[in-house]
Amino acid sequence: MTASTPSSEQPAVRGSALHRFANPARFLRLSRAVQPWLLAITLPCLIAGLYFSLVKSPIDYQQKDTVRIMYVHVPAAWMAMFGYSTLAIASAIGLIWKHPLADLAGKAAAPIGAGFTVIALATGSLWGKPTWGTWWVWDARLTSVVVLLFLYLGYMALWNAFEQPQRAAKAAAVLALVGAVNLPIIKFSVDWWNTLHQPASISRIGTPAIDPAMLTPLLLMAVAYLGLFLLLLLVRMRVELAERRVMALQLARSRAGEGR
Amino acid sequence: MNGFWAILARDLHLARAESGGALLAVQFFALGVLLFPLGLGPEPGMLSRLGGGLLAVMALLATLLALDRLFQQDHEDGTLDLLRTSPAPLWTVALGKALAHWLLTGGPIILVAPLLGIVLQMSWPAIGGLLAALALGTPTLSLVGAIGASATIGARRSGVLLALLVLPLYIPVLIFMSGTVTAAETGLAFGAHVSILGALLLLSLVLAPWAAAVALRQIGE
Repeated sequence: MTASTPSSEQPAVRGSALHRFANPARFLRLSRAVQPWLLAITLPCLIAGLYFSLVKSPIDYQQKDTVRIMYVHVPAAWMAMFGYSTLAIASAIGLIWKHPLADLAGKAAAPIGAGFTVIALATGSLWGKPTWGTWWVWDARLTSVVVLLFLYLGYMALWNAFEQPQRAAKAAAVLALVGAVNLPIIKFSVDWWNTLHQPASISRIGTPAIDPAMLTPLLLMAVAYLGLFLLLLLVRMRVELAERRVMALQLARSRAGEGR
Repeated sequence: MNGFWAILARDLHLARAESGGALLAVQFFALGVLLFPLGLGPEPGMLSRLGGGLLAVMALLATLLALDRLFQQDHEDGTLDLLRTSPAPLWTVALGKALAHWLLTGGPIILVAPLLGIVLQMSWPAIGGLLAALALGTPTLSLVGAIGASATIGARRSGVLLALLVLPLYIPVLIFMSGTVTAAETGLAFGAHVSILGALLLLSLVLAPWAAAVALRQIGE
């Protein structure tokens, strides 16, 4: 049984993992079950992460207290990229398998990702003024992240530009996939160009070039940000589903009114 | 490939029938470039330094100007529905339209660019670099633009929306076009910039017609 079986009307096909969640009722049940757990992970991580990063962690010998901006900035930049990856993957699933919830996930993820991008740009700018001596430089990393922000905004604008949500979903999905070429450019911009923005200090392979006293709060914040992203994504998707249901009910009621 | 040639011939024929309407983009290009010496002041040193970048930016905007008519008119009069049901694959339609768009905007822009380079006091090597950059860059702009144009068919305020969607995707082309001119002007080797422009062109030649076809296919559904 392949996942490509169209199942928008028939009940979910057994064995196709993807389409088990095309059923909104099942998705709502699952998200309601997951949400408290997400909250139970996110909130303690956020409180502990903020405490460790803003109070407990050592100051940098060169940057002094400015280094604390890093704990807000770096995870936000990660989530900006993660948000767009979510968008691109959801768009691909929506286009290939015509999965209705994937379209919804993309629409719900975009404003969250754009928000994290703005946080990353703003905190980076605040950090740049005392450290680099300027609010902004035209370096490859900064430029490609600004492009990312505009890709998010374009995606959101395209969703709002059509009468039928189905048409909007497909057009926005094509655009999201084309824009995904920007992701590797952001990731490798610090390696490809000789830029002012420092290259990554944390890699999965090998030892990170960062002290554990600074790595712990950073990772705590990263988990908190990820949890927050997923939490907001679920809430936004549920709101979106509720809105569609309200619209369908209103339509049904007005039709019934005409019939009388 | 029959569909491709048919679309190309049809669009060029329509452009000729419009008698000059297709050349509005290149007129906009020339006029836009001439605004800069008037706005920034006619100091020759500054103009020759900025010239390459100005011409590259104006080429981007002029390409954009002609894009929103790429599919919109065919959508409104029903031609697009016929094309969608025709046996020709949709990517050949998208490729033919993009090539026609390039012949009607990118081509004239390349022809006028040296003249405007002279007006802006650019050096001969810089003008040579500019021509190489435009020859490889403007087809990419038309191809990527076709994706945006096909995704915004039937959208509200599609013209502005198209600009907002496509301009971020144009940024890499702009960077390497003006990089070519700068390198050529200072006597450095500009082969690397030209190679990347060529790579972008090949990449968009393969991917853009396909992506535009995906967007075109969704309209009727």
